[in-house]
Amino acid sequence: MKYVDEYRDGKLARAVAATIAAEADPSRHYAFMEFCGGHTHAISRYGLEDLLPANVKMIHGPGCPVCVLPIGRIDEAIELAKNPRVTLLTYADLMRVPGSKGTSLIKAKAAGADIRMVYSTLDAVRIAEENPDREVVFFAIGFETTTPPTAMAVKMARKKGLTNFTCFVNHVLTPSAIRAILEAPETGGLPPVKIQGFLGPSHVSAVIGLEPYDVFVEKYGQRIVVSGFEPLDVMQSILMLVRQINEGRSAVENQYTRAVTREGNVAAKAMVDEVFDLRDAFEWRGLGSIPNSALKLRDGWAEFDAEKRFAVERIEASDNPACECGTILIGAKEPADCRLFGTVCTPETPMGSCMVSSEGACAAHWTYGRFRAKAKREAAERKAS
Amino acid sequence: MSDVQTPRLRHRKLDLKTGRVDLSHGSGGRAMAQLIGEIFQEAFANEWLAQGNDQATFAAPAHAGGRMVMTTDGYVVSPLFFPGGNIGSLAVHGTINDVAMGGARPVALSASFIIEEGFPLADLKRIADTMGAAAREAGVPIVTGDTKVVERGKADGVFISTAGIGVVADGVELSGDRARPGDVVIVSGSMGDHGVAIMSSRENLTFATAILSDSAALHGLTAAMIEAAAPHLRLMRDPTRGGLAATLNEIAHQSKVGIRLEEDAIPIKPEVHAACEFLGLDPLNVANEGKLIAVVAREGAAAVLAAMKAHPLGVDAAIVGEVVADDQFFVQMTTSFGGGRIVDWLSGEQLPRIC
Repeated sequence: MKYVDEYRDGKLARAVAATIAAEADPSRHYAFMEFCGGHTHAISRYGLEDLLPANVKMIHGPGCPVCVLPIGRIDEAIELAKNPRVTLLTYADLMRVPGSKGTSLIKAKAAGADIRMVYSTLDAVRIAEENPDREVVFFAIGFETTTPPTAMAVKMARKKGLTNFTCFVNHVLTPSAIRAILEAPETGGLPPVKIQGFLGPSHVSAVIGLEPYDVFVEKYGQRIVVSGFEPLDVMQSILMLVRQINEGRSAVENQYTRAVTREGNVAAKAMVDEVFDLRDAFEWRGLGSIPNSALKLRDGWAEFDAEKRFAVERIEASDNPACECGTILIGAKEPADCRLFGTVCTPETPMGSCMVSSEGACAAHWTYGRFRAKAKREAAERKAS
Repeated sequence: MSDVQTPRLRHRKLDLKTGRVDLSHGSGGRAMAQLIGEIFQEAFANEWLAQGNDQATFAAPAHAGGRMVMTTDGYVVSPLFFPGGNIGSLAVHGTINDVAMGGARPVALSASFIIEEGFPLADLKRIADTMGAAAREAGVPIVTGDTKVVERGKADGVFISTAGIGVVADGVELSGDRARPGDVVIVSGSMGDHGVAIMSSRENLTFATAILSDSAALHGLTAAMIEAAAPHLRLMRDPTRGGLAATLNEIAHQSKVGIRLEEDAIPIKPEVHAACEFLGLDPLNVANEGKLIAVVAREGAAAVLAAMKAHPLGVDAAIVGEVVADDQFFVQMTTSFGGGRIVDWLSGEQLPRIC
């Protein structure tokens, strides 16, 4: 496949891996967080951990919109969908996400709620247009990548004079989440993990550009390499982070130059700014409430706000107390350290946010990497004997 | 009154252009007899069906050996018509393949139709004609059938359920629990074609592809493999729903072994690869309807592979991995990157990702 296979060249990857191994200082320990679920997926899917030296460790971050959506928001969406006048439209991977008490959108649909999957916000507007007697609610979710399409849908709805289209907005912001991770307090007596650099998001950065990351260099002395989602992108970006550390530098660097510019997508940013405003705070599953970390529709666009039209009541629901997602998301623990992992918590019956989507840290480890747990254990046993 | 009207009704042929199935077509009366006669008997045309009995009576196949296989299957595909086939051809091929994977020679099929009120007669005829053609081409007749009509909204157009029987020659011993460490895993061709063809024709997915469903009857291919190296064949299976990944996991659990794949060895068409990339799917989870997986003792692998490559439905056959000892029954894969990963069952429905 042109323009994709080039970034999946195994031979080249092994060459980059050899360079990382040669340049990584054996007396040092390197710990990097890949923020995005897209990176987590690439690392697990292509087995990249096997190509890295033992002293280069990747920590799987919270950049998966489905994973960080709090259970209460799913419950609220299900309540919305129970309204017989409402047709709820959602991206497909939200369908199976469990709410509290074992509910989910897919179960609500089976019980009779009118819930449909869409692949684009244009479909959402079209469905509202074609069904004037239905209240069509779009379950808007995602980081900065999916925010411009929602803004565009709202603008289109106004232009078409649609009065039956609203959005249940759950758009969240990447930089706020990175700040929350860097400022995370010690968790459960564990020492905070020293993250020495981030693989910055690829699609998100195509929209927001590089400037929002500068603060992490200036204020926290962090290193950010904005990285493409293909496995070779990831390998090259890891090498760039290793080099920054070896050379004693802290900088925002751009590996994903084929899509990301310093200023980002100016038109998309302007459209988002026109339609959306910052929320004071938003609950992130696994990370807790983070100030200024999410968006809501501006007052001038309130007629498209499902939360206002349907007076959605806040539902507070908490995760299983044994769930370690919070500590896993900031890199303090690994999936296999959680006693729910692989026992009661599997992709079929996810208990915590990291198991919910295939991009979550636990789901990726379960789906692609759990054979390593045994190998590690056996290696440890061999060492002990 | 009905006495007066009946002769006229009987002579009026079904309106195959604009007519629709109504509840009378399933009521057991003349309308049903007419539907069966003009659509199904005409399309399937064989001596057993022509007898008009509620069952087919036929002689036990000569030189059959001591064993028979029987299978049953249901078809609810949406959309009913897709690039490379329709629900009818799928039903014939799928049932024949389930018989053939047991190492059997398929002998006869049955087909039962559950039709939604209002379903166009033209579509029903098209489906029946395709089934008849597929059965004739495969040389496996549909010898008995049934028709039911349900009210509008109680079915999605038409559902077909089938049964198939076949005979197994002596010396052929195939079963999902027979894979042993050291055996090799062979696939008969490219993975994921059917699933991508289906997805490309779903209304809410607006993407175009030239990929056709691979739907095909595989009993000719399996017969060639059995002839080439029956004693070395451990098992055969067609990787339908859940794709290669699900089928290999089933085999690993049944046989209590692990399986190790080489990603680079698995044949996947560039168009299928591209469509999966676009939709966020893994081709190894995508359905096939005209492909098989064989596990073969290493010493018989070359003979089986040669026999497969000599058959039109096996020209792209390839050895994709081997059976290993593993008390956790993992299916693992060495990726094209040289790293390792698990190839797991799918969790729930394979759903596209958000970003």
